Amino acid sequence: MLGRLNWDAIPFHEPIALVAGGGAVLGVLGVLALITFMGWWPYLWKEWLTSVDHKRIGVMYTFLALIMLLRGFADAIMMRSQQAIAVGGSEGYLPPDHFNQIFSAHGTIMIFFVAMPFVVGLMNFVVPLQLGVRDVAFPVLNSVSFWLTASGALLINASLVIGNFSRTGWLAYPPLSELAFSPDVGVDYYLWSLQISGVGTLLAGINMVTTILKLRAPGMIYFRMPVFCWTALASNMLIIAAFPILTATLAMLALDRYLGMHFFTNEAGGNQMMYVNLIWAWGHPEVYILVLPVFGVFSEVIATFSGKMLFGYRSMVLATLAICVLSFMVWLHHFFTMGASADVNAFFGVMSMVIAVPTGVKVFNWLFTLFHGRVRFTTPVLFSIGFMVTFVIGGMTGVLLAVPPVDFVLHNSVFLIAHFHNVIIGGVLFGLLAGYNYWFPKAFGFTLDERWGKASFWCWIIGFYLAFMPLYVLGLQGMTRRLQHINNPEWQPMLLVAEAGAIIIMFGIGCQIMQLAVSIMTRASRRDLTGDPWDGRTLEWATASPPPAYNFAVMPQVDDVDAFWEMKRQRDVDEVPPVYETIEMPRNSPTGVVAAFFAVVTGFALIWHIWWAVILGLLGAAAVLVVFGWSENREFEIEAAEVARLEQTRPGLGRAA
Amino acid sequence: MSVVSLADVAPHHVAPGRGGGGPASTRIVVAYGFWIFLLSDIILFAGLFAAYAVLSGNAAGGPTGRELFDLRTAFIETMCLLVSSYTAGLGILSIEKQRPDLFYVFAGLTFLLGAAFLFIEISEFAGMIREGAGPSKSGFLSAFFTLVGTHGAHVTAGLLWLVYMTAQVFVKGLRSHVRQRLLCFSLFWHALDIVWVGVFTLVYLMGGR
Repeated sequence: MLGRLNWDAIPFHEPIALVAGGGAVLGVLGVLALITFMGWWPYLWKEWLTSVDHKRIGVMYTFLALIMLLRGFADAIMMRSQQAIAVGGSEGYLPPDHFNQIFSAHGTIMIFFVAMPFVVGLMNFVVPLQLGVRDVAFPVLNSVSFWLTASGALLINASLVIGNFSRTGWLAYPPLSELAFSPDVGVDYYLWSLQISGVGTLLAGINMVTTILKLRAPGMIYFRMPVFCWTALASNMLIIAAFPILTATLAMLALDRYLGMHFFTNEAGGNQMMYVNLIWAWGHPEVYILVLPVFGVFSEVIATFSGKMLFGYRSMVLATLAICVLSFMVWLHHFFTMGASADVNAFFGVMSMVIAVPTGVKVFNWLFTLFHGRVRFTTPVLFSIGFMVTFVIGGMTGVLLAVPPVDFVLHNSVFLIAHFHNVIIGGVLFGLLAGYNYWFPKAFGFTLDERWGKASFWCWIIGFYLAFMPLYVLGLQGMTRRLQHINNPEWQPMLLVAEAGAIIIMFGIGCQIMQLAVSIMTRASRRDLTGDPWDGRTLEWATASPPPAYNFAVMPQVDDVDAFWEMKRQRDVDEVPPVYETIEMPRNSPTGVVAAFFAVVTGFALIWHIWWAVILGLLGAAAVLVVFGWSENREFEIEAAEVARLEQTRPGLGRAA
Repeated sequence: MSVVSLADVAPHHVAPGRGGGGPASTRIVVAYGFWIFLLSDIILFAGLFAAYAVLSGNAAGGPTGRELFDLRTAFIETMCLLVSSYTAGLGILSIEKQRPDLFYVFAGLTFLLGAAFLFIEISEFAGMIREGAGPSKSGFLSAFFTLVGTHGAHVTAGLLWLVYMTAQVFVKGLRSHVRQRLLCFSLFWHALDIVWVGVFTLVYLMGGR
């Protein structure tokens, strides 16, 4: 009846897991009870859960990412503490089985459920505003994408309480992840939560590319698109080209596990290195899927706060597209030790160095934008400058690792761990936090507190250096990754320094929570009534904060790269009263939430081999498709007079007086 | 008769082809998005093709393609699918001509040909499994069943979609959104042809002899 599911699945005998899982369950129940008690369900359902507004969906993506960041960070600090303690005679506090689950969950969560939803959330929120349009190409599909991502996050968190998570690292290499060596549900949780959220990401990519290429304000030719839109375009093209490979690869592993096939097994003609090749054919572009949009964020932040047009706009675009193409030609550098010939390794080594060139172009463009600018050192700018320093270091250690003989020495050492955290924290995360601080007033109508923001920046950057520079040294000394116990006591001092760094990062996260709380409490005094708190250059600042559902009452006409900057300069010259027209907007739809419900049922049932529920879930999903496929009148109209009334009653009117 | 200048047609003084004409119409946006979806689907197949190419020699002591594949049935199968694409195209043409009666005929033919294709494929699979050459026999057979089976699953989905769209034509008539969806269906159906040409070449022609 319930497949493999029984009471043994609840970790009563593992105190740490029980406390973590129990805490999570109590927390969720508490929030649900609060919502019910306060009677917020109708509001939540109407305004958020069924919303197809790209801004709301963007906010929900970001919220999901921030919540999951807390979970992923809890895993991180548990690992650091274990490695700091479990040296020599001490065994530490985490048994190997639990430790292995934690490092697998940490990587999986940080990439798929923090970085991805954060990046997708920012793009969702900002891109249509920057393009000067009213929504994405497929608003309901957008909602489906988000809810599928949330379903994946729900499943991966369910593994905390019911059953266990995979112990096979964040990429689940076979043969370890095959049934023979991982017979329980851990890898299945991994597979299905990634499959479901992966489909969501793919649909989001299709949506975003169509939006950018087909829906832009009149006059916005390709070379007038803001750089963030270009990087979002590149990133989403990579999603479309790379995520199907992930889906196919994980499906093959699932077929091995569920139907006894032999794609990656040791016996009967399986080939486990094929998995490694395929997963990195997705995995390396994935790195750029994450980092390209934040390059866009830095470009926007630096240009705005330098009060200058971005230096080298065209070279920035070309560098972005060059990275987009090159990102598919370097995957083998993740496993030079596979045993490919020297020529193959040399090719991929050289390509990996080549991809550093367009990245270098970008860094110089940012530097020259700052040069002779009137730089305002706000929190987003601090994160951007911190990024430039940190990311260049990470890039250089990456070029070191791209030298195959060096890689043979450093492969799977903590030097590698230091390298990719250097680029992912110093690059992706700093960029996301810069974007969060930069666009927060646009989303909510008030600015974030600068004091707490700057405090969080300093904690993050100091904590980062303390936590990861020691790992470079330890990696060179021969410490391998994923060690539950360290038998060389000479490494302990460095590990303690790394632990201190993790604690300082924890303070950074604390400062961010404080920043949010303080800003909400003092929001009355920090309202953004102009819609343009930073003296911005692109169209998102041309409308009110928060923007009305239709974004722009009158669709803007674009004449320049920095469209809004030009508008502000020319406003006095040709100010014409706006002529409002009827606006067509997409209706809210429960399709996304309902589809996600059936996705969770199907995923959970597959994990636990509850076959009748699998069929039920799939039938439900099919029914959603059938119902949605029959529907029409997915839009409603806002009359011109109503638009005029809404515009006149708004507190801030976009264009600052 | 006055001369119409370009500026009257394109009000924003932007050269055509540079994308400055403002948001595209729903018809274009939907078709464009669907094209991109098809591209992603073809990349999914590319992953499966790559896996097949790597594993096709790994029969692990079990039967090889030469022993299992029958080029004659594969050819008939191929013809069914190719002709069904032709009838699907005729169906779209009859939609353009506002002839729902003709559409039903061509939709029916498309369905029958697609179903025949599926029937042949399923009997081939069943025969192989009966002979002990199932997907869990070897890496080669895992890749074969997955690649060909994924295509078959797409064809099944396409047939269900076709039935569903025929019902929409029947109930709603040839309204613009029904026509749009039918166009997407036909794109999908043609894309499956392209994938099948790859399967026929790589799997049957190269492996069957």
